[in-house]
Amino acid sequence: MTIWLLIGACAVVTAAIKAAGPVILGGRELPARFSAVLGVMAAAVLAALVVTSTLADGDKLAIGADTAGVAVAGVVLWRGGPVVVGVLVAAVVTAALRAL
Amino acid sequence: MREPGRESFRRGVRLGLPYAAAGFVLSLSFGVLARQAGFSVAQAIVMSLIVFAGSAQFAAVTILAGGGGVASAVAAAGLMNSRFLPMGIALAPSLPGGPLARAAQGQAVVDPSWAMASRGDGTFDRWQLFGSTAPQYVTWILGTVAGALIGTGLGDTDRLGLDALFPTFFLALLLQELKDRRSRPVAALGALIAIALVPVAPAGVPVLAASVAALVGLRR
Repeated sequence: MTIWLLIGACAVVTAAIKAAGPVILGGRELPARFSAVLGVMAAAVLAALVVTSTLADGDKLAIGADTAGVAVAGVVLWRGGPVVVGVLVAAVVTAALRAL
Repeated sequence: MREPGRESFRRGVRLGLPYAAAGFVLSLSFGVLARQAGFSVAQAIVMSLIVFAGSAQFAAVTILAGGGGVASAVAAAGLMNSRFLPMGIALAPSLPGGPLARAAQGQAVVDPSWAMASRGDGTFDRWQLFGSTAPQYVTWILGTVAGALIGTGLGDTDRLGLDALFPTFFLALLLQELKDRRSRPVAALGALIAIALVPVAPAGVPVLAASVAALVGLRR
């Protein structure tokens, strides 16, 4: 039940955000300061997701094979590699280190 | 569909195919992760069908799997999606029709489609936008179905390195954001806030708190 609630809420929130611009603000400009904050919001949240999912395990800071896998994939992506190659490299490096 | 619209749609489909291929791999891993986080096969597939926002789905499931509550997970999904607000505003003048039609057309916005549909003069080719999103939606669903069915059958997926897929996807999106110089100090601060809070705050909260870093955007 909790999961259906999560799915429903995520669907409503996502649809509302995608509809808001075209419906309410169509043709009008957002205050520049508001746009400036929204424009960098994804960077803040993504950076937080990257570090918490690679450098932490629960409430402890921990690095492991996955940290190395993501780092190697990061180099691939940084040098212009496609996303699909990056995610495959991450999985292969991580799995290889764990198999050692 | 008028002829120019059909042409734009076809071009969009062609441009969307590489992203659709990457989306298949990602949604497959989403399906597996969701199953391991306690989702049923149906729940994983329905989430992809009606949410269709990769980063938001990953963020929500990652937080739930890490022991966070529904409120934190939905809030994180909303924050991940907040970028669609300015994107939708930019797109608005290029969408015809009444409020409902405009709302429906706005659902086609996903990052690569939006960026490719921009003509660079403030207008958007909406048929191209619909065209490039279409194959991405199809593979997003197919990948989720495959991942959800494989689900827990893989046994310990950490052994296969699947736990490295989500962070890498987030990193790929982050690298796109960092092309904009203004995003760099924001990302650094967001990462610091999150890491500092990990040992002391409940799961999910460090990521939400990191959104405060976006206030750096107010600095001129």
